[in-house]
Amino acid sequence: MQKLAVPILVGALFGFFVITAATGAMNLYWQSVFMFMGINVILAASLNIINGSMGEFACGHAGFMAVGAYVSSLLSVLLFAKDKVFGAALLSPDLALPLFPVILLVGALVAAVTGLIVAIPSFKTRGDYLAIITIAANYIVKSTIENIDTIGGARGFMGMSRVTKAMEKTIDLPWMVIWVFVGTIFTIWIIRRFISSTYGKGIIAICQDEIAAEIMSVNTNKMKIVAFMLSSGLAGLAGGLFAHVLGYVNPGSFTILKSTEVMVMVYLGGMGSLSGSVMSAILFTLLLEALRPLQIIKWVVIPLMLVLLMHMRPEGIMGNRELTDVFPRLKKFTAFKK
Amino acid sequence: MLGPIIQNILNALQWGSFYSLIALGYCLVYGVLLLINFAHGDIFMVGAYIAFFVATFFLAAVGLPGWAVIVLCVPLTMALTALVGVTLERVAYRPLRRKGAHRLYVVITALMCGLILENGNLALLGASRRLFPTLVETHVYNIGGVAVTNLKIAVILVAILAFVFLETVVSRTKMGMAMRAISYDKFAIPLMGIAPDKVVVFTFVLGSSFAGLAGLMFAMSYPVLDPYMGALIGWKAFIAAVVGGIGSVRGAFAGGFLLGFVEIMVVAFFPSTYRDLIAFTILLVILTYKPTGLFGVARFQKI
Repeated sequence: MQKLAVPILVGALFGFFVITAATGAMNLYWQSVFMFMGINVILAASLNIINGSMGEFACGHAGFMAVGAYVSSLLSVLLFAKDKVFGAALLSPDLALPLFPVILLVGALVAAVTGLIVAIPSFKTRGDYLAIITIAANYIVKSTIENIDTIGGARGFMGMSRVTKAMEKTIDLPWMVIWVFVGTIFTIWIIRRFISSTYGKGIIAICQDEIAAEIMSVNTNKMKIVAFMLSSGLAGLAGGLFAHVLGYVNPGSFTILKSTEVMVMVYLGGMGSLSGSVMSAILFTLLLEALRPLQIIKWVVIPLMLVLLMHMRPEGIMGNRELTDVFPRLKKFTAFKK
Repeated sequence: MLGPIIQNILNALQWGSFYSLIALGYCLVYGVLLLINFAHGDIFMVGAYIAFFVATFFLAAVGLPGWAVIVLCVPLTMALTALVGVTLERVAYRPLRRKGAHRLYVVITALMCGLILENGNLALLGASRRLFPTLVETHVYNIGGVAVTNLKIAVILVAILAFVFLETVVSRTKMGMAMRAISYDKFAIPLMGIAPDKVVVFTFVLGSSFAGLAGLMFAMSYPVLDPYMGALIGWKAFIAAVVGGIGSVRGAFAGGFLLGFVEIMVVAFFPSTYRDLIAFTILLVILTYKPTGLFGVARFQKI
């Protein structure tokens, strides 16, 4: 029973979301809030690999998100929907449902390969210089998308909503809610397993002392590549989900401001704390929704809150500890190592 | 054939001057505090707005002629912008420094302060763009097919003068020596009888006042102001400072002009939408081959 506690909890949550969304007990607004929550959890947790566990300062996460968003939306529209650019659908819309996770994964893979733009210079550079490289990568991705006119350029790209409709036509369930949930759980699972594995400890070793890690036989260059690619790949997954939830993407939504938002979530949660990232992403999304009536003042209030947070509690909500460190009794439910 | 090239070079010099002026501020603060002051681009924006208000006040309310307004505007803008910069340091950065917080937390605070300045401005003054009044009639001199305006020459001269001034301050005065000393070893400074906070405030005054000057010049050259004008220019100036090698005044100056050149040349030969793309790609290449920038010194870590 103790071993099954977490799967049961996840299953209960999953059942709750699917049933309430399918029966219409949860209205569309709250559905979208929960979906953005999931997407933000993926983004914050994935950036936490770099900014928290590896101790680098990357601030170009939105760039990889953009890659994932565009690749997966282009693929899904190309394969399953009639479009002005690509013409008729290549496959029948009935196949949209089983192939959708594959499309998301392809987007994530392309984003992971894009992550090499940052990973390769990171062998030699650290700190502020690496920060610049990540910013530059963000701008490069955004400008590249803006300059490709066939996919809409700065006007954006749409048509993904037809694909989600096709999925709902096959089996009438709120599919986007399901995919976001699955993606979120997958992200948390993979990051937790990775960071706590012996192999993944190399990343934390790099954070502590790179030279010492190199001497103690951690292949730092390889570890950096793995960390950056995992991080940017998961960001690409979040981007793909984001694009399909909205049904419309444009390069303007993947600017430095978006990257800043993700960074805020990471530092709000606490560096290197996965549970902190999850909590702060949920909190931050709720905060954004709660402050929506303030309109423009919202973007004064949120930074102000953060500045105050940095003064009062600079380590964030959790501060490099997991939930199980704060409440040790939870350990018996979540432990997977004997 | 030679005409357009020289024309482009002049444009690049003007564009690079703005980058240099802002990058100098980045580099001073970084040299002393090892802090990337991400709010610096927005301080530049605040400077432009301050210049706008000062200029309209003197033109409309007092009714002074244009040249007198400029003479008043330059010191006032610099002083008021410096005040904003120092306030930022006092309110946001110093308490964190006193606590000995992690560097990253200060950087996050700086980012957030930048957002506050931008959106606070938007909330206070509304989204309508403001038109900077014309203070000086632009004279266009035609020299062998090259059009030169007096403003362009002024901007380039101001940037060069600012650089010479800062270089002199940093390398020849006592305060400059204290600044260099802090960046060398901040723990030994109080033992030598220098008040570190004084030096930091002085640094912020220098950096912010030059950002204000850049804001004034920018507003005179491109007279449309909007609250987000500082964001992109700030990022790019920061990048210029890094490419030059952050923490060296010469590097910041050279980096600013280099970035200006790259951007203007890209616009001259490619569609203008490629500007950011190619500029940033070149920067990536430079940083991959010279990880500490052009003038930067590699720091060796003792084990």
